[in-house]
Order: sequence, then structure tokens, then C-alpha cells
Amino acid sequence: MATHFVIDGLKAEIEGKEILKGINLEIKGGEIHAIMGPNGTGKSTLASALMGHPKYEVTGGSATLDGEDLLEMETDERARAGLFLAMQYPSEIPGVTNSDFLRSAINARREEGNEISLIKFIRQMEGKMKELEMNPEFAHRYLNEGFSGGEKKRNEILQMMLLDPKIVVLDEIDSGLDIDALRIVANGVNAMRSEERGFLIITHYQRLLNYITPDFVHVMMQGRIVKSGGPELAQRLENEGYDWVKEELGIVDETVGQA
Amino acid sequence: MSTQLTTPTDRGSAETLARGKGEPEWLVALRGEAAELAGTIAWPKPEKVRIERWNLTAVGAYEKPAAASALTELPANVQELVAEGTENLLIQRNSGVVWQQLSDELKNKGVIFTDLETACREHSDLVKPYLFQAVKMDEDKLTALNAALWNGGVFVYVPKNVEVELPLQAIMYNDNASATFAPHILLVADTNSRVTYVDCVVSDKSKVDGEFVHPSIVEVFVKPGALVRYGTVHSLAQGGVDMTLRRAVVENDGRVEWIVGDLNEGHTLSDTKSVMQGQGSTSDVKVISVGTNAQQMSLTTRAVHFGKSSDSNMITRAVMKDTASAIINGITKIEHGATKANGVQTERVLMLSPKARGDANPILLIDEDDVTAGHAASVGQVNPEQVYYLMARGISRQDAERLIIHGFLAPVVSEISVEAVRNQLQRLLERKLEG
Repeated sequence: MATHFVIDGLKAEIEGKEILKGINLEIKGGEIHAIMGPNGTGKSTLASALMGHPKYEVTGGSATLDGEDLLEMETDERARAGLFLAMQYPSEIPGVTNSDFLRSAINARREEGNEISLIKFIRQMEGKMKELEMNPEFAHRYLNEGFSGGEKKRNEILQMMLLDPKIVVLDEIDSGLDIDALRIVANGVNAMRSEERGFLIITHYQRLLNYITPDFVHVMMQGRIVKSGGPELAQRLENEGYDWVKEELGIVDETVGQA
Repeated sequence: MSTQLTTPTDRGSAETLARGKGEPEWLVALRGEAAELAGTIAWPKPEKVRIERWNLTAVGAYEKPAAASALTELPANVQELVAEGTENLLIQRNSGVVWQQLSDELKNKGVIFTDLETACREHSDLVKPYLFQAVKMDEDKLTALNAALWNGGVFVYVPKNVEVELPLQAIMYNDNASATFAPHILLVADTNSRVTYVDCVVSDKSKVDGEFVHPSIVEVFVKPGALVRYGTVHSLAQGGVDMTLRRAVVENDGRVEWIVGDLNEGHTLSDTKSVMQGQGSTSDVKVISVGTNAQQMSLTTRAVHFGKSSDSNMITRAVMKDTASAIINGITKIEHGATKANGVQTERVLMLSPKARGDANPILLIDEDDVTAGHAASVGQVNPEQVYYLMARGISRQDAERLIIHGFLAPVVSEISVEAVRNQLQRLLERKLEG
């Protein structure tokens, strides 16, 4: 069955403050969607609410992946159902090596007694690390501990490649990346493009979209998608900024939930 | 001799027992004096743990065990601790040693590895100058009690310039709660020698159902230039109170490395101290502990610096589950005159339940200006952001927490250089965390 991801009227709040005010979005396998917008408009909240971050409470709407209600599931079940979120601020976990973590994550998707063999796992991991131009020693380092911003982002992409998800949400994957790292990360994403997989790229710069061409571009303000278009919309935002969108829609303050 | 004494022992019965075991007169006298002391002085008073509420008097009665004729006679949980192919092994069951072997190679080099009772009879010239010198028998009721009652035990002597490559292994176990179980371990590493000693102190939990006390003392003497690695893992039954004092006296350029795994099911008083007597002497201490159920623990590491340019490092990491509580003390004392000394300590506690308790008390006492010292301490719960991150990759909450707990202990466990200790610790750790 072709991947079909539908967000319908999603509302979410943090500490009693409503941030998402009804998000509608549909992503099919093979499509790349970009959500753009200035800081503080609810983009990252959307990513966290979809994944089930404990601080965010969903107060309305639904999100389904191939007909399954994601919001009814625990975070780990959402991941196993095929949702992957490359996080803006990945956690550091001391004492747990990157490779032990990756193997646990892969085996969590497999039946007990059918765990991936160590040799096969190492071969896969090393192959993907090479594609991402990661130093092999990162396999033995503690998960994200002492990684630079760019190394953490590459490590997120490594996880995406090994876990083979159906829907990938990239939350500000381009922040803190120099141009080389940006190219490597984008190559990683492009290598994963397929008819079975959809992408949602959250960013407030257009530059990542020079490397990954989106099919659809959405602008988020005040906790809603206020404008949608094709790749040309991203280009115009890069050239002219967001003011014209605000003017067109009569928005004075585009942020949401700020004190 | 099966009556439970309210005052744990007295002069008359201590002396009678010692004579009955054929101990030399000097030891009989020491026993008597210690028993007398035990009746008059107080229990140790660790910070914030009221050990007098524990059942401290269940010292039981001496029970001489029959020697084992084969290792296969031992309980399964003891057999699995025996290092494969070891030629240097000593096993104590309840009040006495039931198995001992030492390779001819080490015997020929003059290494002594035997139970302390035998050593007192056959090597009193080597034992007497050290026994109850690192720990004095009149320090408190615990030290006096051990002096009056100790049985079995271990004596290790490594002559000058001798290097013992493979670890010497001892296993102490009890399978009868009403038998006295009070080992005393004395290890002397002569000038420029090297030795690794590892022991496990366990209960045959299928047989031990009553309450008991394990009053134990470890004394280590590190002569100039010698290196002693001492690894110990305790996993006594729930009815047991483990009170173990460990102390090393380190001379010029000597080094002691302690690895302590406090994994008992019952209350625990564990106090590990290195006295850096000599110039350039060094000490490294690693303590790992897991507390479960309503266990109370007092875990203390101490470094005392007398020697110039002496160096100490102490690390304690504890995981507390259920309603367990641990008071963790780190005390670095740098005496006047110990110039260029350096003392570092870290205590960390991870609490897995809102009812668990952990206190970390780092203390630096410094009477010299020209030194460096540092400490770090933290007490916290499992970080929900970390759990979320792991779950976002499909790992269940239970497995996520398990990974985080192992990660908390791993940086210490993985640095344990003695493989046998590392593996045993890992196995017993796993069992206790899962339990």
C-alpha cells in the first residue's frame, strides 16, 4: 500500500498555551513537503506533537499513517509504525554507545529471536556512515555526547537511513550546518527518496531546498498553515522574506504562544 | 553454641572458641581483649544512616564447615563465580575455608595465599606486624567484633619484586544464617611487587532465610613501589547486614586500585579508605551500587593524603530503585605537609522511583596550601527527554530506561581493568537491575 499520511485539524498546546490551531496536511509516498516560516510560529511544535513529546498535549484533530491513528499510540509505537523525526536538539545519552543504540532501535522493529546479526548490522552501519562521511569512531562514541551540532545532525540522518521509515520529519536539520555538511545531509535525504516514503522538511531558510527540491511548500504563521504553493514559493520567500505574506493576509504578529 | 547473644560476644566464649580452634596464644589474647572491647564501645555512626536500627547482633555461632572435595559440591551460584581454569582459588563457607589451591609457580616464588587462620599459625611472623594495624580493633564495636569473631579469611603475601600475573580469587559464601560469617582479609604486597586479588561475597539465597550480620574487615599494605588491584563484589541475601571496612596503607610510589560492587539485597555499610602514607603514592577507587526494595546503604570512600605528590581518585555511582536509600560520602583529606597532592572525587546517584532516596556528600578537608583537589556530585531521576528520544526511535519505554541505567553505570564498569571482576560485576548487576 502506498504511504499516506494525513494531518487533519491538529491542535496542540504546551503548558496550557495553544500553539497549533488546526493544521491540515496530506503527504503521499514519494512527495517532499516543506514547511517554512519565521521563528515562533509553531513549526517545531508540529514535529514534537506528531512524535508525542511528553510536554505537548494534543487537544484536537487527528494524524493517521496509512489509516492508523498515530495520536492514540505511544511515541515508540509511532516510530515503529513508520514515523521518524530528525530532531532539532537530539538528546545526549552518556554511557550508551551509538552502535548499541542503533542496534536496539533496529531490533525493536524485529520479532524476538529474529534480531539482526551483528555482522550484518555492522556492515549496514558502516556503509551508511561512509555515505555520510562520518568518522567510524562515532559508532563507539556515546550517543551524541560531545558531538558538534553538525555531527549530531548527521547522526540523525544515519538513524533515518538505518530505520527505513515511511514518513520522515526533518526539524531544522539545516541549522548549525556548514555548507559541506549541508550537502552531505541533503545527499543522504535524496538517497532515501522513494515512492514508499514521504518527507516533511521544517526549515526557516530556503538554502536546504537548493539541495532537496520540494514538491510542495507551506508557510506557517500563528500556528496554522497560511499559504501553500510549489517550489517557486520557497524561492520567493528567500528573495523577499515573509513580509509580503503577512501583508497579503493582514497578519501583524506571525508568532504564536509567546508571552 | 547455637544461642543468639544479645551482646554479640564476651571474653570467655571468644577465648574458649579461639583455643578450641588451636589458635596461637597471641591471637587468643587478642580475641579476648577484642570481645571485652566489643561490649563497651559504640557502633560506628555513619552520616544520616541509623545503623543501630538494623539487626546488628545476629552474628550467629561458629560453624566449622567440612572441606569440599570437589568444586562441583558447591552451590551453583558459587560455582559460576569461579574463574575458568584458575589455579589460585580460596573458598570460605560460613565460618571456615573449605577449598584452597595455589599454583606451584606462585608457591615457588614465595607467594602465600591461604586462609588467615592457617596463616596465623604458620606465618605469624608475617601476619602479626600487620593484623589490625590498618584498622585498629578499638575503633568501634564493629572493628572489635570482627577482631573477636573473625573466621576463615584470607592472607596474601607477595614477596619483594614478585609479580603475580593472574588474579588470586576468593569466594566467601554463607548458606546458614545462624552461622558466624565474619571474614578478615589481610593482603601484604612487599616492595615492587604486583598482585590482583578479586573476591565475591555471596549468599546461597535458596538456603539463607534468617537474619545475619557479616562484619568484615579488609586490610591492605602496599609497600614502596608495589601495585595492588583489589576487586570485590558483594551480593548477600536480604536478611543480611553487610558491614565491611576496607583500608589500604600505601607507601612511597605504591598504588592501590579498589573496585567495589555493593549489590547486596540487605542493609549495607561499606567504607573504603586509602591512606597515602608515602611520597608519590596513589589510589583509585570505583564503587558501583544498586539499591532495591527497602534497602538502606551507607557507602563511603575516603582518601587520606600524608605523602607529598600523592594522588587519589574516587568514583561512586549508585542506582536506587523502589524505596531504597543510599547516603554516599566521599571524603578527601589532605594533611599538612602533603604538598603537591591531588585528590579528586565524584558521587552520582540515579533514582528510578519517586520513593527512592540518594544523598551525595562530597567533603574536602585540606590542611595544606600547595595542593589540587576537586569534587563533583549529582543526584537525579532518569531524564524524560532522554527516554523520549530513545522511544522516538522505536525503543520501548522499559528498554529505553534500561539503556539509560546501563549507560549511567557503564563509564565506570567499562574502565575496570580486571576482566574477571568486570564480568562478574556485569552479571550480578544485570541480575539485580532486572530483579
